[in-house]
Amino acid sequence: MSDFTSGFWSAYVAVITVVSILACAVLLWMNSRAATATGEVKPHVWDETLQEYNHPLPRWWMGLFWITIVFALVFLALYPGLGSNRGMFGWTEVNQYEEEIAQAKAKYDPIFNKFLQQDVKAVAANSEARQMGERLFLTYCAQCHGSDARGAKGFPNLANDDWQWGGEPAPIEQTIAEGRMGVMPPHVQLGAEAIKDLANYVRSLSGLPGDSLRAERGKQSFQTAGCIACHGPEAKGNFAMGAPNLTDKVWLYGSSEQTIIETITKGRQNRMPAHKEFLGDAKVHLLAAYVYGLSHGAAN
Amino acid sequence: MAEQTKHDIIESNVGLLILLIVLVVSVGGLVEIVPLFFQKSTTEPVAGLKPYDAVQVVGRDIYVREGCYNCHSQMIRPFRAETERYGHYSVAGEFVYDHPFQWGSKRTGPDLARVGGRYSDEWHRIHLLNPRDVVPESNMPAFYWLDRPADASEIEAKMRALNLVTFKVDGKPPYSDADIAGARKALEGKTELDALVAYLQGMGTAIKTAR
Repeated sequence: MSDFTSGFWSAYVAVITVVSILACAVLLWMNSRAATATGEVKPHVWDETLQEYNHPLPRWWMGLFWITIVFALVFLALYPGLGSNRGMFGWTEVNQYEEEIAQAKAKYDPIFNKFLQQDVKAVAANSEARQMGERLFLTYCAQCHGSDARGAKGFPNLANDDWQWGGEPAPIEQTIAEGRMGVMPPHVQLGAEAIKDLANYVRSLSGLPGDSLRAERGKQSFQTAGCIACHGPEAKGNFAMGAPNLTDKVWLYGSSEQTIIETITKGRQNRMPAHKEFLGDAKVHLLAAYVYGLSHGAAN
Repeated sequence: MAEQTKHDIIESNVGLLILLIVLVVSVGGLVEIVPLFFQKSTTEPVAGLKPYDAVQVVGRDIYVREGCYNCHSQMIRPFRAETERYGHYSVAGEFVYDHPFQWGSKRTGPDLARVGGRYSDEWHRIHLLNPRDVVPESNMPAFYWLDRPADASEIEAKMRALNLVTFKVDGKPPYSDADIAGARKALEGKTELDALVAYLQGMGTAIKTAR
């Protein structure tokens, strides 16, 4: 710990510590030599007749005190405590942590690395890897995607084989490692009527009931208002943009007319945080395999 | 009766007794607390650590006001069981701008020392307003009133106070006059939710969490 701003503080700590321990020892030694006889009565009297004895200190108590003093001195010799002194064991909190990590690495790294070298599809089919993946998922992913991986409003369902960014092993792994930033820009400039038309058209794409006249008008403006740039002319979505397929029955924010109008008017921003740095390649790989397996039958 | 012993002198002299008691009691503080003010690891920020900006200062005060520390610690201990879940263990230099620190001593909810960047802003908003919307099993209370304008009325005074109690870095306090002058503008239109999320998203990001 060359951590002090000057060498003085190391000596300051060491001197006060040692002096106070020795002062306890001296006090104890003086007391054990004091000639106090059992049954001696102290001179002061109060409440008319009350007086107190002055017994010598009990031997067991004296013994315990001596033991604590010896313990303190031995401890300070072995462990850091006296200023910058490191102690004979050279122990530090960080040493101990790193040793614990090294042991865990030696034990677990071979298991993780075995799966890291396998193809995601092969890992997804392995029941041991699936169990590891599930534990990792519950620790790191369930807060957003749910403990059953079925997601919530704004947080994609991972168990249904419907994908914003692609459901092949590589894009899944990339999504977990690098994160994703999904942006649907606001289209308030289209005006409320046109947006309502679009919402009806989008609903009709997945067979939901609505105003067919509006849907027909919405179909026209879908092609001209810029929607096709991301969702494609057939509204099937685009993995590269993270644009959802609008023709299926899966809705990230909800399928009601009002919700769709809100989505078109205000746009949506959605972020999946990056996990590569936090989890490392091996865990990302296991998680990718677990997520892949959720919708590819491997989990059954 | 025996002659007056040293014990009798101390016991019958209140002033002397008090003096000696103060001397004995202060040893612990002199050895364990005073030197902390003269250690680099406790007074200098870790590389990359920035003072809280005006919005985060307000967010942090909301964190304190709502008693988040009652259930969430901000202190990852150097054990593998903690670093696996939360990231790199906490170090003293990460807390030089924290007055008062929010280390906490109880975890009903998870530790938040490195929650910054772990979730999206939107997740935090939904989760703060009603945790059950994203985590059905959660027993965290809903802070449904947070979607209201943040109070910026005392921000300058708060920042000046933080300047007084924070160690200077390279001879400079955390906030310059320009920072303080611009604080009110930075808070314009911000809700309490915005401020709290800004605080949460900055937490523990100075130390990378790779393990």
